[in-house]
Amino acid sequence: MTRYFEKNCVISGAGMSKMYRKPEVYPFNLAVDACRNAIADAGLEIGDIDGIACWPHAAVHVGHGSSAASPVDIKNSLGLKLNWFEAGMGPGQFASIANAIGAIAAGYCNHVLCYRAEGERWVPMYGKAYADGNLPTPEGFNQWTTPYFAPSAATWIALHADLHMRQTGLKREQLAMIAINQRKNAALNPNAVYREPITLDEYFDARMITTPFCIYDCDVPIDGAAAVVISRADAIPASSRPTVRFEAVGTALHDHFSWFQRSDFPNMAMSDAAKMLWSRTDLTPADLTSAHLYDGFSWLTVLWLEALGITKPGATGDFLEGGQRIALDGVLPLNTNGGQLSEGRLHAFNHLVEAVRQLRGEAGDRQVADAKVAVCSAGGGVFGSALLIVRD
Amino acid sequence: MNGYFWCGGADGVLHIMKCGDCSLYFHPYQSCCSACLSANVAPAPVSGFGKVLSSTINHQPWFPHVPVPYIVALVELDEKGPVRLLTNMFGESVDSIVPGLRVSVHFEQHGDIFVPLFRPV
Repeated sequence: MTRYFEKNCVISGAGMSKMYRKPEVYPFNLAVDACRNAIADAGLEIGDIDGIACWPHAAVHVGHGSSAASPVDIKNSLGLKLNWFEAGMGPGQFASIANAIGAIAAGYCNHVLCYRAEGERWVPMYGKAYADGNLPTPEGFNQWTTPYFAPSAATWIALHADLHMRQTGLKREQLAMIAINQRKNAALNPNAVYREPITLDEYFDARMITTPFCIYDCDVPIDGAAAVVISRADAIPASSRPTVRFEAVGTALHDHFSWFQRSDFPNMAMSDAAKMLWSRTDLTPADLTSAHLYDGFSWLTVLWLEALGITKPGATGDFLEGGQRIALDGVLPLNTNGGQLSEGRLHAFNHLVEAVRQLRGEAGDRQVADAKVAVCSAGGGVFGSALLIVRD
Repeated sequence: MNGYFWCGGADGVLHIMKCGDCSLYFHPYQSCCSACLSANVAPAPVSGFGKVLSSTINHQPWFPHVPVPYIVALVELDEKGPVRLLTNMFGESVDSIVPGLRVSVHFEQHGDIFVPLFRPV
């Protein structure tokens, strides 16, 4: 098999800020915290960083909102000397990482800081505008949803989940295991915003958002940030810690860019990204020692399990039943940090930080046994990206 | 770009982009047919009939003036596509909206906008 260039890149550092449910610290400052933590974790100096990337686009000199830190503002704050920088849409929330690998392959830079900064608690988005009646005229994608009182991805994804669950027989008590297992894991994660266990009864008693999703199926908006340093494998300082290397990247979008018009509905863009991921490695789902799958809504994690070939459509319910198989000591530990449902929404960048810690054996009380191969995924609806990372 | 869709219901008929060469319907606007790459594409009237593909009962009060719960359903048109559109079904029992339910279009006028909605046939 072709030796693709991502195999020459490593995640040399990973770091996070604290996570806040309430707007207590200016989100931009949290982004800088995460970046500094990732650089220090890599054993690098700030002066070593010669590239920076984030997803999605972030407005310059704005340090809050859904993309709370522009790369050029991080650059100014840290005095970075950059050979390359970017912030754009790309194939899902890991687009910055795929771009960083490309920039390293092109020889633009050696150490790229990639991060995701959330600051939606600082500036409430949905609720307040709707409650005040100050809604802008719908445009772009919103023109297809707002006139039907469906402003949230919860509704768009519920329309996929409804058909998928009817087709495959997945039951709500099986879907519940995603949220319940992740809350159990979050109890072992001091950085998680919700750490109290959830019982199945509490899940069924919980406030419904839009069927089949209750509040526990939805991720938790926070202010916070996570960052990683992507480095050329031959540019990192000598270290006694295990090296975490990229084995494969999946960024494909082959069917329509659309929530509702894909030919394979209720499947999603993650099918394309997952196929590309496995086409670039000799490893298979049987090699995975942990999975860190996007959970903006619990059901997205189910669909990633199927898209990645970890479970077969129709068999995922049995796989999740009881929760033992996805527990920390199960056959495939899943979202070991509590994920976005419990640790907080960082669009899978917290999953990636967690995967690095697991592969290094630095996950503390929630360390899984013999961690060697981890899969991480981001997004998946209209676009998705997946990363396979290994301990060298 | 999509004015034909929002204003096209003035004559009581739903308009969807159609390829003049391979007869594929698609939504929203594209300048070419993604199946045959023909640029011979234009909005065309459709039957207005389709079926419910999936639905959700929304309980979250996103809009203070809209009482919950309410239905959001995804309708797949009968025409060769697929073309799928959202709809609400106020006034229908939430339990009556099941996959495969036959529906037809009607319009709700807001100035020069005619919002397409679907109800059981």
